[in-house]
Amino acid sequence: MSNPAIDAAFADEPAFIPYLAAGDPSYDASLEYVEALARGGADIIELGLPFSEPIAEGSTIQNAIVRSLQGGMTVGRYFEFVTDLDVDVPVVCMTYYNLIYQYGDEPGPEPFVRKAKSVGIDGFVVPDLPAEEADPLREACDEHGLDLVFIVAPTTDDERLDRLVSLSSGYLYVQARLGVTGARDDVSSETTSSLDRLAAYDIPKAVGFGIKTGEHARDIIAGGADGIIVGSALVDIIAEGTEADAPTEETAAELESLCEELKAGALEGAQ
Amino acid sequence: MPETDTTFGDYGGQYVPEALMPAIEELTDAYERYVLNNEDGFMDEFRERIRDFGGRPTPLQRADNLSERYDRDIYLKREDLLHGGAHKLNNALGQVLLAKYMGKERIIAETGAGQHGTATAMAAAHLDMPCEIYMGRRDVNRQRPNVFRMRINGAEVNPVDTGRGTLKEAISETMRDWATTVENTHYVIGSIVGPAPFPAMVRDFHRIISEETRRQTREQYGRLPDSVVACAGGGSNTMGIFADFTSDSPFSTAPDSNTDADDDVSLFAVEAGGSSLDVDEERGVAPNSASLSTGSEGVLHGARTKLLQNSDGQIMESHSVSSGLDYAGVGPELAKLVDDERVTPVNVDDDAALEAFHRLSQEEGIIPALETAHALAFLETETDADLGEFVVVNVSGRGDKDLEAALEETAQRDIPNAPAMEVFDE
Repeated sequence: MSNPAIDAAFADEPAFIPYLAAGDPSYDASLEYVEALARGGADIIELGLPFSEPIAEGSTIQNAIVRSLQGGMTVGRYFEFVTDLDVDVPVVCMTYYNLIYQYGDEPGPEPFVRKAKSVGIDGFVVPDLPAEEADPLREACDEHGLDLVFIVAPTTDDERLDRLVSLSSGYLYVQARLGVTGARDDVSSETTSSLDRLAAYDIPKAVGFGIKTGEHARDIIAGGADGIIVGSALVDIIAEGTEADAPTEETAAELESLCEELKAGALEGAQ
Repeated sequence: MPETDTTFGDYGGQYVPEALMPAIEELTDAYERYVLNNEDGFMDEFRERIRDFGGRPTPLQRADNLSERYDRDIYLKREDLLHGGAHKLNNALGQVLLAKYMGKERIIAETGAGQHGTATAMAAAHLDMPCEIYMGRRDVNRQRPNVFRMRINGAEVNPVDTGRGTLKEAISETMRDWATTVENTHYVIGSIVGPAPFPAMVRDFHRIISEETRRQTREQYGRLPDSVVACAGGGSNTMGIFADFTSDSPFSTAPDSNTDADDDVSLFAVEAGGSSLDVDEERGVAPNSASLSTGSEGVLHGARTKLLQNSDGQIMESHSVSSGLDYAGVGPELAKLVDDERVTPVNVDDDAALEAFHRLSQEEGIIPALETAHALAFLETETDADLGEFVVVNVSGRGDKDLEAALEETAQRDIPNAPAMEVFDE
C-alpha cells in the first residue's frame, strides 16, 4: 500500500528528509526555501502545515509555526503552496489532527486527504495521532493511495511497535530521543537501541529529532537507519535570516548548503 | 467494573504523541486498579487524606439573603472551604497520591488561575514529591498570590510566554515537559480534559462533591435539589457536582442513583460569555470562553471535544475576566452531556460576573472566585422559573486569589454594586 514515489526515495541510498513549516516567515520566501531543500539533495520533503497548538514541537519549530500563521498561512493557502512548489521530490504533509479532521464540509479526514492527493501530497505525519485513533485517517489514505507515517518513540514497547509497523506505510519515523523537536549537539544512545529493535522490521526507518550536522547524519545511517529527518537545524537558519532581515536568496543558499552537508553525511554513513 | 472505554459518545479519545502513549496505558491501568477497584486500599487512603488534610466534607450552606432576593431556596456547596480554597484539591491530592502508588518521582502540572497549581503544590508537599508548575505569563501577572503560594509550598513555577500566556499555552507546555520526562514524571491535569483516562479519572476524584451534595440535600432539605448550577471552564467543578445527578448517563456509578427521580434535577453549566459571544475569525480571537455554548467539535490537548476554533481548525484565543475559565476547550464528558440535553449550557458576561462577585461578598460575606461568580450571576440573569424552588450552586473556590484582578477590572467598568475602589495612599 506504499506510495511508489516514497518507496523510490529509499530504494538506492539513504533518504534525506528535511522539514520546513510552509509559509515561514512568508509565503513567497518559504517557496524559495523549500525549493532550496530540493536543490540541496532532499529525497522527500516534510512540509509542515502549521497548527496553533503544536504540542510535539520544541521552541524552534513552534516559533516557525507562529511566524507562518502570522504571515497568513491557512489550510487553503497551504494547498496552494504545494501546488506552487517547483520540486521534483515527494512531499509529506506534517500537521496535527484537528486541521485534517476539520477540512471540508463533512467532519472526518477523507476530504482533507482527497484534497491533499489532488495537489500532489504523497503522505502524512501526524504527531498527535497515535495508533489508537488512526483508523479513519488510515482508511482515507488507503483509499487515495497516500502514505501514513507513524512515529516510533523510545518509550514504545514491542507490542505497540508491532501495531505501529502494521499501520505505517512509506517509512517509520524513528524518534531519536524523548522530548520534543529541536536540534542537539550529540546523537542519543537511545537512537542506536531503537534502530537495533527495529532491524527486524521490513520498512524503511528514518530517524528524526535532534539531527543537526553531517556528522550526526553519517553516524545515524551507519547505525542502521534508512533515512534522516532534519527540521529544527534548518528552521534555525530561517529564524536567523528573519531576525537579521537577510535577503531571501542568502538564507536559501545557507539552507541548500546545510542540506548538501547532511545528504553527504548520510551517504558517507551508508558506505 | 473497570471503565476501559476511552470515549464519551463521539468525544474524548487519546490524541497524543506516541511517546506519551505507554504512560497513558500505564495510567489507565493504575486508574482501573487503584481508583475503580480500590486496590491496596488506595481510595480508602484518598478519602482519609481528603478528610483530614483537605477538610471534607465541605458544608452545604443555605444562603439566606440570596434566597430572599431570588425567592427560592439557594444553597451553596462550599468548596471554597476545602483546604487551599477551591475544589481543586480533590483531584490534585488524588492524582499525586496515585503517582506515588505508581512509583513516579516527579509531578508536573499546568495552571490557569493558579488554584490547580496551588492545590497540586500543596498535595505534592503533603506527599513529599518534587513539583513543577507551568503557568501562562499573563496569568502569572493576574494571579500573583497563587504564584507565591505555589512557591511557598516548594513548587517551581515556570511562566509560559507563548501565545496569549494563558491556560491553553500552559497545557501545551506541560505536555512538552511530559513528552521529555514521561518515564519518571506524572502530569497532574487540572480539569476533566486531556486524553483518556484523565477526564473520567479527574471526575472520579471530584465526584465526592456530588456524593456529599446528595446526602446533604436530603438531610437538610429532605429531597434532592430542583437544579444544580456550576461554572464551567474545563469543567472539573461542574462534573464534580453533576456526576451523581446524571443518572441517565451511562457513566454514572452512583450507588443509589435510582432511588430518586434524578432526571428532575436540572443541571446548568455556566460559561464565561466574556465581553461578547461573537468571534473575530480573522484575528483568531473569541472574546469569551463559551465552548459548550458556541464551540464546535474538534481535537485539542488529547481529546475530541467542543472547541473555540476557526473554520480551518486553528484554536482561538479565548477570553474571560476569570483566568480559571479562560480556555478554548471543555471536558469531553460535559460536551456529551450537553449534546444529550442532560446539561444545559448557559453563559454570563464579564460585567455580570463582577457584579455577582460583589453581591455575594456584600450579601453573604463570602468572597467568591471569579469563576464561581459566573455561576452566581446566572441566578440574577435567569428570569424564567426553570431553576425551581431549591437550587444548589457550587462555590468552586474562594476569591482571595482574584482580589487584585477583580478590583482592577471593576475599576475599569461601571459595576452598579461595586464598592469604592480608590486606594488609600496616606
